Amino acid sequence: MRYFARRFTFLIGTLWVAITLNFLIPRLMPGNPASVMMAKFMGRGQPINPAALHAIEVMLGISHASLMSQYWQYLGQVVRFNFGLSYTQFPYSVRYVIGQALPWTLGLVGLSTILSFIIGTGLGILAAWRRNKMTDTIVTSLSAFTNAFPYFWFALVAVYFLSFIHNWFPLTGAYAIGTSPTFSIGFILDVIHHGFLPALTIVISSMGGWLLGMRNNMINTLGEDYVLLATAKGLKNRWVAGMYVARNAILPNITGFAMALGFVVAGSLLTEVVFAYPGIGYALYNAVINEDYPLMQGIFLIIVLCVIVANFAADLLYVLVDPRVRRGRA
Amino acid sequence: MNTTTVQVSTNGSVTPTRPAWAEVWLMIIKTLWRNRKSRVGLILLAVFVFVACTGHLLAPYSVNDSSFATSAGPSARHWLGTTQAGQDVFSELLVGTASSIITSFSVGAIATILAMLIGITSGYVTGWLDDVLSFITNVFLVMPGLPLLIVLASYAPGKNLVLIIFIVGFTSWPWGARVLRSQVSTLRTRDFVIAARLAGDSSTRILVREILPNMLSLVIAGFLGSALFGLLTAVGLEFLGLGDPSQVSWGSMLYWAQNAGALMNGQWGWILAPGLCIAIFGMSLVLINFGFDEISNPRLRGDNE
Repeated sequence: MRYFARRFTFLIGTLWVAITLNFLIPRLMPGNPASVMMAKFMGRGQPINPAALHAIEVMLGISHASLMSQYWQYLGQVVRFNFGLSYTQFPYSVRYVIGQALPWTLGLVGLSTILSFIIGTGLGILAAWRRNKMTDTIVTSLSAFTNAFPYFWFALVAVYFLSFIHNWFPLTGAYAIGTSPTFSIGFILDVIHHGFLPALTIVISSMGGWLLGMRNNMINTLGEDYVLLATAKGLKNRWVAGMYVARNAILPNITGFAMALGFVVAGSLLTEVVFAYPGIGYALYNAVINEDYPLMQGIFLIIVLCVIVANFAADLLYVLVDPRVRRGRA
Repeated sequence: MNTTTVQVSTNGSVTPTRPAWAEVWLMIIKTLWRNRKSRVGLILLAVFVFVACTGHLLAPYSVNDSSFATSAGPSARHWLGTTQAGQDVFSELLVGTASSIITSFSVGAIATILAMLIGITSGYVTGWLDDVLSFITNVFLVMPGLPLLIVLASYAPGKNLVLIIFIVGFTSWPWGARVLRSQVSTLRTRDFVIAARLAGDSSTRILVREILPNMLSLVIAGFLGSALFGLLTAVGLEFLGLGDPSQVSWGSMLYWAQNAGALMNGQWGWILAPGLCIAIFGMSLVLINFGFDEISNPRLRGDNE
């Protein structure tokens, strides 16, 4: 229970830091967004009409109240998920735009992250078990390579060969143009067909990290005395690897899973851009190129929220797999 | 394993013999060279650094020369084709190597210095300062970096390489800080550190003379990791158009290639080449890091290597 309370405090603390950063960044940057906007529409060097400037400030919600009172007001809005109106998708609210995009990202990124964790960890066990053999060398070198390339670049190349040249998969989007989301078998198959390639590129680009981590943990654990004892007792190698070594070696990887989630989310944001997948990443990209600041900030907070909630879930999972934490000793 | 000044104990940390700086470096280089993976990494890295230094001399054309046919595919005269503005892609690739590698190493350096300051302080002191620093480290570790960077970079006035380097550097230190903190907190209670403290050495002297040499391999491994992370992040930002598009680098090449719809025009060279360079450069860093893993953890050493 104390463990739970500690993790929960951390969750709230992280969230608070993210919200505060989100509040401070635009206000600490030089320049007034309203005058920037004026300058963009009217051309630089034009005299600025104070009435027009004020109108834009009201529209953008810029107030000249003290920083502290703005902060309280901002906190109140964030707690109610009120992020204002999107500039580019006016008159839709930021909350509406995020609500439309979020399920796609959770489905795509969530599924592919779990798949990549399972496959990567599994291959890591294999590589450690057969270390310095052929399998290990190939698998480890390959993951050193896949670990080092940008997700979005691999996605570009995959689109080119599999969709453009061979037409096996659709080029962009999450479902066929002209259809609208329904719960029919045809639509679900269409979504799977569209999502397969983005998911594949995320799995391949992120698998290497889990693999290398698991391999290192396994090799460390293989040297423990209890493993030697288990082998000496005459237990089957496969049994020792699975029940003695892997079970202990996976613990740091679960912590790693929680931590590395941020990286995976970042990588998949760019993958969404390549596939024009209607998720959060693509929405963020559009917000950035159209300078839609309220949308951008809202999306940032939602991404942070998802990542730290997933992190919290991984911490809870840790309690299930490691009894030492339950008894409050770790 | 050869006997060297540093004896590495079974739990992956270092036993109390105090090595001299020069010997530490020598041992690191020797171990890296003995390991097949990190030797390949060192050679690859050397090639990239060479190209970075001489890229503008090696390039067949000037990157400012836009007199060629636009959006051409690979040919004998233009190995990787030309851009939509009529520049030679292969020349851009060679010249861009320098700014990409500078970005990568500068981010690595900034992140490593911050990680050392925060991680070592937090590991060496105890009490509230450690708690506060650890909390900050963990928060930034969990925080997804790229969305934060996107927000920062969109609000930042102007777009240039130095700015990208600084904001990426200032957000990529937490991993290193965490690793260094745990290492310092185990070294802090070792006999040789206690001996130095009893002898009246100052904290700074203990940190620099006793503790730092014993975790040099961790620091360098952290540097390589941050350099890779920094390159990938900077490339991602440049791809989104948040970098300086007029600066020739691997990331801005990908940005322009994507904007020009390079793949759909059959200009695969323009997309494939910068990405491959990023991946191979990154792989060289990962391979060198394998060697460092084996220095700080002898169990990872293979029997036949």
